[in-house]
Amino acid sequence: MQVAIIKYNAGNIQSVIYALNRLGINPTLTDEPEKILAADKVIFPGVGEASTAMQYLKGRQLDQVIKKLKQPILGICLGLQLMCSHSEENDTTCLGIFKQQVKKFNSSSHKVPHIGWNSIMDYKSSLFDQLVNNAFVYYVHSFYAEVGEHTIAQTDYVLPFSAALQRDNFQAVQFHPEKSGQIGEQILKNFLTQT
Amino acid sequence: MLFGSHFYNFAPAKKLCTVLTKRIIPCLDIKNGRTVKGINFENLIDAGSPVELAQVYSSQGADELVFLDITATVEKRKTLVALVRQIAQHINIPFTVGGGIGNIEDVSALLQAGADKVSVNSAAVKNPVLIDQLAKEFGSQCIVVAVDTRHVEGSDWVHTHGGRQITEINTHRWIKEVVERGAGEILLTSMDTDGTKQGFACELTAKISRDLSIPVIASGGAGTMAHFEEVFTEGYADAALAASIFHFKEMDILSLKKFLKEQKISVRL
Repeated sequence: MQVAIIKYNAGNIQSVIYALNRLGINPTLTDEPEKILAADKVIFPGVGEASTAMQYLKGRQLDQVIKKLKQPILGICLGLQLMCSHSEENDTTCLGIFKQQVKKFNSSSHKVPHIGWNSIMDYKSSLFDQLVNNAFVYYVHSFYAEVGEHTIAQTDYVLPFSAALQRDNFQAVQFHPEKSGQIGEQILKNFLTQT
Repeated sequence: MLFGSHFYNFAPAKKLCTVLTKRIIPCLDIKNGRTVKGINFENLIDAGSPVELAQVYSSQGADELVFLDITATVEKRKTLVALVRQIAQHINIPFTVGGGIGNIEDVSALLQAGADKVSVNSAAVKNPVLIDQLAKEFGSQCIVVAVDTRHVEGSDWVHTHGGRQITEINTHRWIKEVVERGAGEILLTSMDTDGTKQGFACELTAKISRDLSIPVIASGGAGTMAHFEEVFTEGYADAALAASIFHFKEMDILSLKKFLKEQKISVRL
């Protein structure tokens, strides 16, 4: 199976590569449109800042490539946020695959960033097959996507937000499956075995 | 209102009940690429491969790991990056690397090798602007500022060099400053309780954690399971770190987390 990881100016990509290696997959890290379009599965990872990431993607027309994809694609963390319509982080227009807005946690009672293990619930996707209810996943983020029609799992921190989103072949998770122990491994496996 | 009422139309009828859990973090001391065990960095004995020990902790339910490099020479420190790569290949939970990190290049090499976070200590005290630089370059989420503190003559003072050297910096003022400069988490070690096994410095931890907008990892003094309960309830810590009680198998992480759950503290089990 050919798995392409979209290469752009975001951190934490190495961990995703290692996680796939542990599942016996040798992904291709690439920013070449042809390779991304030809892959069986695409992963859009990243930790970073929204506006610089969008600028980078546009500069290489990767924004158009991502929207055109027909194969299963999984956005992770910043990847999820960039697939939404707009982010409050530096007032950035994003890809618009999901209608959600991305907002900053605003709380006097909760610490921000939301760092650590929290559970997910209300699964509405095969991405969560074979998981226990309220499975624990690892989060590190200050911005979140609202709950809406594309929400396929939720977590409550400050308020309920989209732990995961899906629209057709486009899927994304706010947490880090590559760092979420066995639960995360199962989610990646589920993604890789989708047809 | 930031969130319009339309938002709730999508919310499920039943109440959401997900909770951010308290984290248990074992710390592994690394010297020349091997795990070492000792009390206060003395009488060190080889405790085997860091990767294997990390896997044991991870399978017992550790929420994160901290690797503290105590290698003396710069030359031998290069082995650290290779080790971090190995750890990242084998471990599927987050880990932080600390010890002697002094500049952007060190951090860049460690993060590229697969570390999730780095922890800075003495170098930040010497050159506080380093925190701004690191936060700007890599994001606050991966910058842990380690603060070693001791209570001297009525106040709390930052210590450096593994807690041996006192500074003229007030701990509470310093922590406010590092948060403003972009620290993502505070690893707070009380030199008064460290190594005593008499419990964490709960009062100090509470004073700091309740005031802060970022998470606090409490360290120093863990001896019993009740000590962990105290640091989460009375100390308001977001995470608790310990080394020797886990290394010397005085406590296993799974039993600890089961105990905490019985005490109604949210943990990942």
